[in-house]
Amino acid sequence: MEKYSLGINNKVHEISAEAEMPLLWAIRDLVGLKGTKFGCGQGLCGACTVLLDGSPIRSCSFQISEVGDSSITTIEGLSEKGDHPIQQAWVQHVVPQCGYCQSGQILSAAALLKANPKPSDEEIEAAMNGNICRCGTYNRIKEAIHTASNSL
Amino acid sequence: MFAKFLFSKKQDPENRSQVYIPSRREFLKIGSLATGGFLLGVNFQCTGPKGDPITFAPNSYLILSSDNQVTLIAHRSEMGTGIRTSLPMIIADELGADWSKVKIIQAEGDNEKYGDQNTDGSYSVRMFFEPMRQAGATARLMLINAAALKWEVDPSECRTQKGQVIHSGGKTVDFGDLIEDLKKQEIPKPEEVKLKDLKDYQLIGKDVPIYDAKDIAVGTAVFGADVDIPGMKIAVIQRSPVIGAKVVSFSDEKTLAIPGVSQVIKIDGQGIPTGLDKALEGIAVLADNTWAAIQGRKALEVDWDLGPNQEYNSAKQLEEMVKSTLSNGQIRRERGNFTSAQREASTVLERSFVAPYYAHATMEPPVAIANWKADFCEIWAPTQHPQWARTAVATALAMPEEQIRVNVTLLGGGFGRKSKPDYVVEAALLSRAAKAPVRVQWTREDDIHHDFYHSLSAQRIKATLDREGKISGWNHHTVFPAIGATGNPDELHPSDGELGLGCIDFPFEVPNIRIETHESKAHTRIGWLRSVSNIHHSFAVNGMLDEVAEARGMDPVDMLLELLGEDRDITFDEEIKGTFGNYGEPIEKFPWNTGRLKNVIRKVAGEANWKESLAQGKSVGFAAHKSFLTYVACIVEVDKGTNGELLIPNVHYVVDCGVPVNTDRIRSQFEGGAQFATSLATTSAISFENGQVQQNNFDGYQVIRMSQSPKNIHVHIVESTEKPTGVGEPPVPPFIPALCNAVYKMTGKRIYELPFKL
Repeated sequence: MEKYSLGINNKVHEISAEAEMPLLWAIRDLVGLKGTKFGCGQGLCGACTVLLDGSPIRSCSFQISEVGDSSITTIEGLSEKGDHPIQQAWVQHVVPQCGYCQSGQILSAAALLKANPKPSDEEIEAAMNGNICRCGTYNRIKEAIHTASNSL
Repeated sequence: MFAKFLFSKKQDPENRSQVYIPSRREFLKIGSLATGGFLLGVNFQCTGPKGDPITFAPNSYLILSSDNQVTLIAHRSEMGTGIRTSLPMIIADELGADWSKVKIIQAEGDNEKYGDQNTDGSYSVRMFFEPMRQAGATARLMLINAAALKWEVDPSECRTQKGQVIHSGGKTVDFGDLIEDLKKQEIPKPEEVKLKDLKDYQLIGKDVPIYDAKDIAVGTAVFGADVDIPGMKIAVIQRSPVIGAKVVSFSDEKTLAIPGVSQVIKIDGQGIPTGLDKALEGIAVLADNTWAAIQGRKALEVDWDLGPNQEYNSAKQLEEMVKSTLSNGQIRRERGNFTSAQREASTVLERSFVAPYYAHATMEPPVAIANWKADFCEIWAPTQHPQWARTAVATALAMPEEQIRVNVTLLGGGFGRKSKPDYVVEAALLSRAAKAPVRVQWTREDDIHHDFYHSLSAQRIKATLDREGKISGWNHHTVFPAIGATGNPDELHPSDGELGLGCIDFPFEVPNIRIETHESKAHTRIGWLRSVSNIHHSFAVNGMLDEVAEARGMDPVDMLLELLGEDRDITFDEEIKGTFGNYGEPIEKFPWNTGRLKNVIRKVAGEANWKESLAQGKSVGFAAHKSFLTYVACIVEVDKGTNGELLIPNVHYVVDCGVPVNTDRIRSQFEGGAQFATSLATTSAISFENGQVQQNNFDGYQVIRMSQSPKNIHVHIVESTEKPTGVGEPPVPPFIPALCNAVYKMTGKRIYELPFKL
């Protein structure tokens, strides 16, 4: 067991874990933040997406020993009051159906808009293709990203 | 998802609701309520189709508190359909509550208190629309009577709106200020309660956002794995790799050496048949965190006796199934004489259709939490059927149901998978064995390997044309391992219930019809997946009809309108050898009306500019299909992308689901249904070799991603005053053949096998 200081949502969490433990399980089981979801464990579905220094990563396939001093943002930390333009657009378009994949979708979308504030449909598809939604909310996700883009 | 008519009697909730004031004990059981509130229990009294009293007597609760809070109990499971919003909003609308301030509490699984909670078969709205209206209207009348008494005015001069009673003279009072007066009120008799006119609703028939949208967007919504209990162990299980496999011996030495792993426990499976609600044989690794449990499982050394399914190969079975359709089968429906129609035919079209096993692949893999104590076991689970979970846990633990409590979290997808409580039973067994709270966590691989699969299927359809070019005969062979075989291996033919999903309910005016089934064995756990056997039946029937139209030189839209004949109610009973399920409803109450199907067909042709699109050479395909008592027609347009990939630029749906309750959620179900169906048609398949599933995760079992999704999905909802019916499943069946028929226009090749590649 090693000791790690994880900077998550502007707060430092001291944890002890095996170096190979994926960040996902550290966030969920050790830190206790439950907004980040387990979907596939292989980086295939995007449900576990968090931001590492602002860039989206699949936390199920990212070992805690690799985090170092980087700062992690989970869905709980995307905005202080839950009013990030993406979150507002998500509510406005009533994007979620079951909602399980949506934390990952929202963080991928937030990272996209930060890098590219006015993405085209094709650019949205390219950026969001790693996030599976089994309920099929893709079109509303796209609309919500455009809406958030316009409000930036 | 027809668990309802597979496993329980017909239930027909007539509008006989009785409202009552629950005891103080019941009040306290609701928990966390402001004191001084007013609680109304609604006993949804029902009668069966023939007027017999049935066991459907749920209590729903509506709570008014002095701080003006209206709290409603959602008793159906939320898996993405919006039902946790759409049922309470019916009560709120009838009551005249301020919807923006209504609070919703999720009910635990309790048959006595809530009646049917099996969230399945697209029947929540169908079953509860009237009782919910009755509940709201009763409370409204009581509030009005209380206010009128207080003001000394006639109740007929009062109405409710936004959480207030309003007198025509201008006086208003908040619901919360009437609590003490309400307690003195008599409960009105059902016949005194008048429901609002449809046109007077403020929420029903409108776009109402889901209650949980904000919680989901900020990450605070609670799904199955999000429940934490102090001291909880996490269990990951190595399950029998082949159905029926038994553990011969195992070594947990290396597993127990892994930091965080605390215990290894064997679960005894019952072998074959597995049943629908039992744990599979397996070795469970319990640890302090999920990662340690996963690592511990990897280190297990298990010697299996793989049992009778170890040589099972699904491709080989499918070949045999296809071959079987060439012989005479068991006749399940007969009209006229197909043999003579074939003899006298000028043309005989004969086509064979196959579809694979499908897994549900809910984004949230199965997960359940159990906290066992000697005299009480509490469960938290994302379950579609908390009552079945409760019964299954009680049976597995040999405890009375009263000692089991099942709390329902949000479900990260259901699609029929989470009706089955096998994973809940696992958690209960392990919690008892470990004497600690346990969360059983399925990985994605577990989910793909140990699902209750949609059955693989083979079909053969022969259509005959007479000398005038009219359809004279229809002979449909269908063969697929039945859901019932999961519990009873002797069930070798599809059940009447499964055939009633798009096969024996063939509604068209063809003079000679013969429908036959053939034997096939189940070698895995078969279950129901969003629209069940409608998936493969609609694929074959609507694909065939498109081909018949082409052979007749007819437009398929015109042909279907012609084949449906006069607008009328039809029945199948005289021709069907068993019984016609009609999705668990008496056909007198929910008739099969050809006019309603014709209406959605005409409308979709108009909305999609069908004739113009064809004239312009667009690759468009059409299909219509009634399922779960909802009438749907669909037109899909396809195109090829720059890399030769399939594009779906436009989809048009017209849906007649009776009174539309929450139009936004109707649209979202159709949007999602089109995408779900695109996966079934183009990317997803489960196969078996040596008895084992060959796919492991989303790389092998693929579902569509955003770039593959239909781009514009136009959902047109028919305005109707008919009884409302469900929309969770009906979008899937017509989409697949409409897509295939469109692809044929583009490539010139008919599709007979799912999933297809361009």
